[in-house]
Amino acid sequence: MSFAGSTSSEVDYNYAYLDEQTKRMIRRALLKAIAIPGYQVPFGSREMPLARGWGTGGIQITAAIIGPTDTLKVIDQGADDTTNAVSIRRFFERTAQVATTEVTSDATIIQTRHRIPEEPLTARHILVYQVPQPEPLRKLEPSERETRNMHAWAEYGLMHVRLYESIARFGQVTTTYDYPVHVNGRHVMAPSPIPKFDNPKMHNADALQLFGAGREKRIYAIPPHTTVKSLDFDDHPFTVQTWDKPCGLCGATDSYLDEVIIDDAGGNLFVCSDSHHCETRRASGHRGTMLGEAVGAKLAGDTAQGGRST
Amino acid sequence: MYVAVKGGEAAILATHDLLAERRRGDPAIPELSVAQIREQMGLAVARVMNEGSLFDPDLASLALKQAQGDAIEAAFLLRAFRTTLPRFGASVPLDTAAMHIERRISATYKDLPGGQILGPTYDYTHRLFDFALMANGSRPKPAAEAATRLDTHMPRVPDILGTEGLMEPEVPPPGDPKPADLTREPVAFPVDRDLRLQSMARGDEGFLLGLGYSVQRGFGGNHPFAGEIRMGAVAVEFVPEELGFAVDLGDITLTECQMINQFGGSKDIDPQFTRGYGLAFGHAERKAMSMALVDRALKARELGEAATYPAQQEEFVLYHSDNVEAAGFVEHLKLPHYVDFQGELELIRKIKAERVATAAAAAGTHKEAVE
Repeated sequence: MSFAGSTSSEVDYNYAYLDEQTKRMIRRALLKAIAIPGYQVPFGSREMPLARGWGTGGIQITAAIIGPTDTLKVIDQGADDTTNAVSIRRFFERTAQVATTEVTSDATIIQTRHRIPEEPLTARHILVYQVPQPEPLRKLEPSERETRNMHAWAEYGLMHVRLYESIARFGQVTTTYDYPVHVNGRHVMAPSPIPKFDNPKMHNADALQLFGAGREKRIYAIPPHTTVKSLDFDDHPFTVQTWDKPCGLCGATDSYLDEVIIDDAGGNLFVCSDSHHCETRRASGHRGTMLGEAVGAKLAGDTAQGGRST
Repeated sequence: MYVAVKGGEAAILATHDLLAERRRGDPAIPELSVAQIREQMGLAVARVMNEGSLFDPDLASLALKQAQGDAIEAAFLLRAFRTTLPRFGASVPLDTAAMHIERRISATYKDLPGGQILGPTYDYTHRLFDFALMANGSRPKPAAEAATRLDTHMPRVPDILGTEGLMEPEVPPPGDPKPADLTREPVAFPVDRDLRLQSMARGDEGFLLGLGYSVQRGFGGNHPFAGEIRMGAVAVEFVPEELGFAVDLGDITLTECQMINQFGGSKDIDPQFTRGYGLAFGHAERKAMSMALVDRALKARELGEAATYPAQQEEFVLYHSDNVEAAGFVEHLKLPHYVDFQGELELIRKIKAERVATAAAAAGTHKEAVE
């Protein structure tokens, strides 16, 4: 088969790019994953037209579950307007002719990299995580054969030793993201590189949470209302990040903040990482201390512009 | 300076335009055609077909054109297309013994049935620039035809040794199961040789070259002989269910390498030579030879050898030889990570503040004690 003589630059692809057989294969893996919360199900991950490590696991899950009546939101670092989120959203606009949104409550599927939205998710939502390294034990044991055995035997002592060593050396657990969780009292699971700030949102959530690791060819899931416990010790309970200052744009004190460098002298500004959350708060009258400043106004303007482009 | 890391759709579209412009280069210079790439960049095309896992010289050439000659990007394009193709069946096993030979050399015998056929090779070129190529339009003088025709019988060297019982036999596993396909099914370790060979056939030439070299140089105990390297066209045959007999689909050019390795034998296995096998699309000797070296190294488990070196460890080799996956994950570091980085910043600031406070408290206690 040769396309050398073809002048057409567009080939007809199936709805949402993947062929129906592949979607069925992925759905079967998803059903198994939901049946065994936190267990990594191997699947025949396909080669996607987007780069491995850039969300192909999440994209394959979204492609397998999306339909014309869905509304898709895509975020990266909590924001809808980061370049890779824009790229993935465009991919589904092109291949699945699906409605997209930045409004968390309007979405039925939210594909995310590195964050869980601040607004609590409901039973109407499916949260699809992009996962770079699905194996929480990989940094302790490089061999896949070994780690699969460790999961089979629920042999997680090594992980507790790692946490203990960290406390012994630094007085606290020094893992700040991809903080390991114990799911449904059985499997230790990598929550993907979300900040540990987001871990509590996974526990007993109303939404279905699906995890796709394309390059590593694994799918796993947390069904709604499942216990998700961040690993800790009785005398060193799990804690999340806190900031001294509220968001400079919307004044939020309960959201995860990104630091923006504003000059050459180490001056900084903290703003919500969840851009939609921040915009919604500003629209309803919340004002941060930096909103009046040129820097704050420009930042707020940038995100608003990102909002209009879709 | 103020830095904002927000990018929008307009920026992405603009970068696509910029890329197209950069790809074309100076419009005053005539554009490359896909046919020119196919005909004049054949070794690059072969590499893209190998790492893209698809024998299609036209599409591989288009991929090279679209990727500005970046072999990994071109392989990526080819794979993303390949994955959408329907699978209508598997061919009859190729018979490389019946290859229409263009090149065939053996390092183990001075002469052998069929003889040594040098064919087109860079091996004995002096690496001096041919400045005549700077000026287009020169036609090479046609290569003279040999006085005698090539032997039609060109047995593969390991088969010659096999008849004497000196060579590890090559037999299908019990039941002759269908070979695995890692592009459709996930890999579970330990893996069998079919999957290892498939993985290496699409693996990065540079990575396999480095691993093969490591085996040969010291990080591995293999002392290989290039039993045979052959290159030429091989017929692909397919048996349609409704016909029940094989039909010829056409020829593809392949390079095959059979390495002969020493093996001292073990408690259960007599001393004999063992094989390393490499097969690649097009003329790709370096790839086929590297693959053959690593194939032999990966037989450590079957032959009861200790897998002490990187090239002997199948998880290490299989997971890291795929350059499309490797490039994707290495290059994903370009994506924003500021949420996680913020977590790390917060942690380091906290630990530092705690240590300053502890030191201050200790200094205070010390002062009190002195007073």
